[in-house]
Amino acid sequence: MTTDASRGAEAPPELVQLLTPEGERVQHPDYDIDLTPEDIRSLYRDLVLVRRVDLEAVALQRQGELGIWASLLGQEAAQIGSGRALADTDMAFPTYREHGVAWCRGVDPVKLLGLFRGVSHGGWDPQEHNFHLYTIVIGSQTLHAVGYAMGIQRDDANAATMVYFGDGATSQGDVNESFIWAGVFNAPIVFFCQNNQWAISAPLEKQTRIPLYRRASGFGFPGVRVDGNDVFACLAVTRQALKNAREGQGPTLIEAFTYRMGAHTTTDDPTRYRVASELEAWKLKDPIERVKAYLFKNELADQEFFDSVEAEADQLGADLRRRCLAMPDPGPMAIFEHVYAEPHALLDEERAQFAAYLEGFEK
Amino acid sequence: MTVMSLSKALNEGMRKAMEDDPKVLIMGEDVGKLGGVFRVTDGLQKDFGEDRVIDTPLAESGIIGTAIGLALRGYRPVCEIQFDGFVFPAADQIITQLAKMPMRSLGAIKLPVVVRIPCGGGIGAVEHHSESPEAYFTHTGGLRVVACSNPADAYAMIQQAIRCEDPVIFFEPKRRYWEKADVDTTSTGWWTPMDKGRVTRPGTDATLLAYGPMVKTCLEAAQAAEEEGRSLEVVDLRSLNPLDQPLVMESVRKTGRAVVVHEAPVNNGFGAELAARITEQCFYHLESPVLRVGGFSTPYPPSRLEEHYLPDLDRVLDAVDRAFAY
Repeated sequence: MTTDASRGAEAPPELVQLLTPEGERVQHPDYDIDLTPEDIRSLYRDLVLVRRVDLEAVALQRQGELGIWASLLGQEAAQIGSGRALADTDMAFPTYREHGVAWCRGVDPVKLLGLFRGVSHGGWDPQEHNFHLYTIVIGSQTLHAVGYAMGIQRDDANAATMVYFGDGATSQGDVNESFIWAGVFNAPIVFFCQNNQWAISAPLEKQTRIPLYRRASGFGFPGVRVDGNDVFACLAVTRQALKNAREGQGPTLIEAFTYRMGAHTTTDDPTRYRVASELEAWKLKDPIERVKAYLFKNELADQEFFDSVEAEADQLGADLRRRCLAMPDPGPMAIFEHVYAEPHALLDEERAQFAAYLEGFEK
Repeated sequence: MTVMSLSKALNEGMRKAMEDDPKVLIMGEDVGKLGGVFRVTDGLQKDFGEDRVIDTPLAESGIIGTAIGLALRGYRPVCEIQFDGFVFPAADQIITQLAKMPMRSLGAIKLPVVVRIPCGGGIGAVEHHSESPEAYFTHTGGLRVVACSNPADAYAMIQQAIRCEDPVIFFEPKRRYWEKADVDTTSTGWWTPMDKGRVTRPGTDATLLAYGPMVKTCLEAAQAAEEEGRSLEVVDLRSLNPLDQPLVMESVRKTGRAVVVHEAPVNNGFGAELAARITEQCFYHLESPVLRVGGFSTPYPPSRLEEHYLPDLDRVLDAVDRAFAY
């Protein structure tokens, strides 16, 4: 058993890593990646910007502008690396924490805020971005993703599906059913599990007694554990898994070994269940710092570049804040909208009654 | 006109829907080679292939969850839940996802998924094979809930459900699967809209409100009552969500008495909703309170007892007598 203080912080030997926490490029026998300096700067920019989106959202919640927020702090590399691996025609199914993947898919972050502000339950068109709506019930989306992948098979399309979920979700029946379905039908899907070590207050040991990626073998497809704080490795491993899926080789389970540096959501208080030293240990493995160190050491970016990214982040944060505050509340009749695609007599009746009731106040 | 059983009518309806639209898929446990445990999908896999008639792993949540994904990709899945009591593992996907995702998407997503559920008792089955879970689903906004009672409706309604852009929970009266009647498969002119009920037998003294397997029971009760000089009107609701309120109210205003009959427990059953709405809308026309006949507030009993649990002709007529005693 590991101690509380080092729990999860010691890199397991089977971890695929291409960039160490110190910013050293390392080789892996099965995975490699060829990135131009521009590619790396672009990855760095994305990491910084999504962290800033997240920070701004936490602040907005603290100021009462959002009902709740689920922070991605610490998971930027897992999300940007995997999200960048998606082709336009691939489809992604997120949990409610995939703000970085949403960013990669071109979803305006203010639409994410809309959900947490309570102006809608979703708010973007999944087909426009090939990025499904956030799913709040843990693990439900894994089955939707497999069904979607079965549709890709029937369309004979050159595309794959990727579904996101966490370590806690692996205990859900739906997730295990989705593994079975994907295996049986050889569906073109990548299961991207961000193991951030905590399901609210429940540590990984409450969900599993084997490393999560090894579960895949029981379902008949490969599993791989990647350093979830290494954006290079996440990109490389996910790219390969998606390629395999598109080429008819079936599913892959990727366990991105990472850490939830913040609270589960803004309503959570992690000091009640985990020690501060654990967070300190993981801070040394920060997903952004290692890319910055690599860029610096290899003289692939200068201070001017880092300053410009910071300035862009500031601007993004300010713009996001402004647009969040400007977001109008929907009118009361929106309650009845989009519940059914076809006319529905009961809803029509309730809508009319409620409108008449509201009208009574205006007289 | 062709004489066919209710199960065959469903089969022919699905076959027609699959011929009309290549996006229609059948999925469920044992629906392929076996044709389903009730043979409702008999022969469809042979004719449409394994890609369109999908034998799934044995997991109901998986059936509905993957059907949602297929619908997101543009398909129109028709899912079979093998027995009513097995829908509960899928209840989460039905209630939290299937019902709510279109609203969540602000209309960007449509989920034309049909969930077929053989329901009700009367076949001497073991536990979990005789239940009537409709009220769980009528309570959930975003779903449509319908129940067919005869072969002709079965043939038309399954096609209407498949064409519908909303998710439809489709209840099939399993003890009536083998009952036969004429079905006109040559035209759609006779079809009643899926969300409308029908007066199956006109009458003047009291209204029997039923759906699914109890429609036949009520027709038999009305026949017996006529021999005793009472004229009972039988309304087949067909659609529970939405409910065809104008039809129900028109009938009750005419007769002044209403008896609701369903196999599901009376307590918090669909009949409670009917009684409340009739009271609200027909208060001054009522000669007696709305009475309900249904199952007890117990788990469904062992099959040697089910004849006592299920409403039958005598229990329906007993309620009618009580309605007239006011």
